[in-house]
Amino acid sequence: MGFLDRFLKTPNWGVHPEDHKRPAADVPLRLFPSPERIFMPLHQHVGGAARPIVMVGQKVLKGQLIAQAQGNISAPIHASVSGTISAVGEVTAPHPSGLPFKAITIDSDGENRWIDSEPLADPFSAAPEEITKRTAAAGVVGLGGATFPAAPKFALGKRLKVTTLIVNGGECEPYLSSDDRIMRDYPEMVIDGARLVMHAIGATQALVGIENNKPEAIAAMRQAAAAFPEIKICPLPALYPMGSDRQLIKVLTGIEVPSDARAAETGVLVHNVSTCAAVHKAIRLGQPLVERIITINGGAIAAPGNLYAPLGTMISDLFAFVGLKEAPSRLILGGPMMGTPLLHDRIPIVKGASGILAFNAAEAFVPEAGPCIRCGNCTKACPMGLLPLEMAARIRVGDLEGAEKFELQDCISCGCCAYVCPSHIPLVQYFSHAKGELTAAERSKLRTEATKRLVEAKTARIEREEREKLEAAARRKAERDAAKAAAAKAATPVAEQTQGASA
Amino acid sequence: MSQSYGMPVAAPHTTTTNSPTRIMSLVMLALAPATIYGFWLYGWPAIFLWVITIASAMLGEAFSLRLMNRHAAPILLDGSAILTGWLLAVSLPPWAPWWIGAFGGFFATMLGKQAFGGLGQNLFNPAMVARVALLISFPVQMTAWVAPLPLFSVGAPGILDGLLIILKGVPPALDAVTSATTLGFGKTELSRGITLLESMQHAPALSFIGSRPGSLGETAAWLILAGGVALMFLRIISWHIPLAMLAGIAIPAAILHAVDPARYLDMGSHLLSGGAMLGAFFIATDYVTSPNSPRGQLIFGFGCGLFTYIIRTWAGYPEGVAFAVLLMNATTPIIDTYFKPRIYGRDSKGKPLQTTN
Repeated sequence: MGFLDRFLKTPNWGVHPEDHKRPAADVPLRLFPSPERIFMPLHQHVGGAARPIVMVGQKVLKGQLIAQAQGNISAPIHASVSGTISAVGEVTAPHPSGLPFKAITIDSDGENRWIDSEPLADPFSAAPEEITKRTAAAGVVGLGGATFPAAPKFALGKRLKVTTLIVNGGECEPYLSSDDRIMRDYPEMVIDGARLVMHAIGATQALVGIENNKPEAIAAMRQAAAAFPEIKICPLPALYPMGSDRQLIKVLTGIEVPSDARAAETGVLVHNVSTCAAVHKAIRLGQPLVERIITINGGAIAAPGNLYAPLGTMISDLFAFVGLKEAPSRLILGGPMMGTPLLHDRIPIVKGASGILAFNAAEAFVPEAGPCIRCGNCTKACPMGLLPLEMAARIRVGDLEGAEKFELQDCISCGCCAYVCPSHIPLVQYFSHAKGELTAAERSKLRTEATKRLVEAKTARIEREEREKLEAAARRKAERDAAKAAAAKAATPVAEQTQGASA
Repeated sequence: MSQSYGMPVAAPHTTTTNSPTRIMSLVMLALAPATIYGFWLYGWPAIFLWVITIASAMLGEAFSLRLMNRHAAPILLDGSAILTGWLLAVSLPPWAPWWIGAFGGFFATMLGKQAFGGLGQNLFNPAMVARVALLISFPVQMTAWVAPLPLFSVGAPGILDGLLIILKGVPPALDAVTSATTLGFGKTELSRGITLLESMQHAPALSFIGSRPGSLGETAAWLILAGGVALMFLRIISWHIPLAMLAGIAIPAAILHAVDPARYLDMGSHLLSGGAMLGAFFIATDYVTSPNSPRGQLIFGFGCGLFTYIIRTWAGYPEGVAFAVLLMNATTPIIDTYFKPRIYGRDSKGKPLQTTN
């Protein structure tokens, strides 16, 4: 109940799935040897796909720009190995549809030669816009999974005068430990990156939220942040979805982001710890985002742990490196709560890939769905305070508008409801389906309206033209008549005129 | 070589080990101590009636499912029919004839539950639907209470006698033990113009440990309470409905008893009598038929309690939990419509919060 929880200061939402983070999280970070061939998808972020600027056969160096950002929200792509461009074609996208999309294939020369970098000498005396510009050029996107380009977010924060930067080290998804690893192994990078982000957006303080199931990360980050009083390390209760930005903001600052507003409008901006480290590398080392830490975990993996791997590496190559105990029963990109199921392992890893999970048969077991017993566990778990059972009951019978009245659009698809459901009803599936249908309906409504508007405009134009034609004809006729009359008048004797005038 | 992983399924890819079967089993486990204690108090007839009621509830469910051409076994195994039969059994007079239990059991699962579409679909609590149907149809049998005659005590019926009592009725030799409940006795005496101040001196003693006439789920109020508290700790039920229901009974009882003790029973008698405890912890808390927001549950629970008190005090029946629960069951969809939890980032009316910056 609300007041009791407020009294106890613990959130009254969320779930406690078994975290399965260890032993993988405790295994030292392993460097993945450069693969023979990498596949860089052109669309690894939210927004417009990047446009290739290289040609087949061209030699590239590691970190060299190979595709430019297109549009306001986009990010460039850089080569993650040195070698030769062997194709600009299609590969299977890391998406459940398994549809292909454009990628640049590079055959590695095995040398991993970096392009000459130009680090920013003294970033804190540089203009904040310079940080933003360089972050954009380095192709940095949100590495927590949302993959929203970092630079437009900085610009937004600057414009809305954000005062607090929240550094998200929650990593609440079970199995994943890539953020944990970066905080343990490179805490100075994360802290320095956070300071650079603060400089870029003009924030005066930073709160680093880390779940208390990562004591090593908390200790390392505390030590690294000791010299910077403006950065505060805040241990958080381990509770899923603590890493969701709205929930994290509420827990750390007490601010509740209005449902129709962006977080920045309330004066806070959230960036992931790995994103901060990527900003550090982009500014201090001049290195674009071409590598990341990725967790390889799950019951089918022989040696689970974290790998430091170039982007574009095939998942099958990663599996060959860590070894498979058995053929995985399910393959997931990301965590088990919100991750994307993959159809096969011939898929390259992308910027937002925090982990690849290979589940064994026991982990992949899905119990059959039963009827809703209205236990209400889903409403207790929902971090948004929604009523999943009511929405699902309506979606089930096709009443999507009815579900919308329960603010379906506020659903963040965190999966808490489906996780706690004792009847194992695939609630997120219901909601995704309904959201998709509603969006499609909205789009077709807009299209119909646009068409209607065009048709109306056309009818109006035709009518106007007809009218104008008629008017013009009438005018011409009147003119002709007038001219005729004038001519007739001119022909009549003057006497008659004077007579008329005197009469 | 690439391997295919079959159809993509939506996240989450992991799920709780909880299940309806586990929930029902835990509720039954919480109900078991009070039931077993009741078995000891009322002996073999009570055990037979309990078995007959549950078996009928399960048979009724199986029969309905067969009619719908569905496999009965997996659905029976979810435990909900057993629990419905169990709750009904512990609300019956322990020595009621076999056909009371049989009729009630069939009625509960067939008309109370499967007719609505099965688990999760019924508007009214099936056990209470059956209890009210029995009470209205067979008022004599449904109000014939016996004083406890513990198992193995002198004069207690053995297995065979117990079976005969359930099948053929209570033999005249044992007639002396039939008695009224505290609520029933007070009500009868009041209707004869005798005030509670006088009648309560001769009333069957109200015993917290259960040595008094009543149903299985009524006399051992403290074991019911313990089971309910255990369910709260297991997070099967929340505190809202039980506490609100008990408050709904206790508050008017305390006030009116203070005003006129000759006319109105005291709070303790109300809370420990009839189905108050069983209703508050095990019946009103039924997921399917109660609201799902905390505020809605408080209103629902308080309503159950208040109606119970009103029916007990001013209506024709000495006990009103079953009626009160059914009345409030009918309001559940309305309560759910008007009392929704506040959504993150919205005010209580569902409008987006104002931006502070």
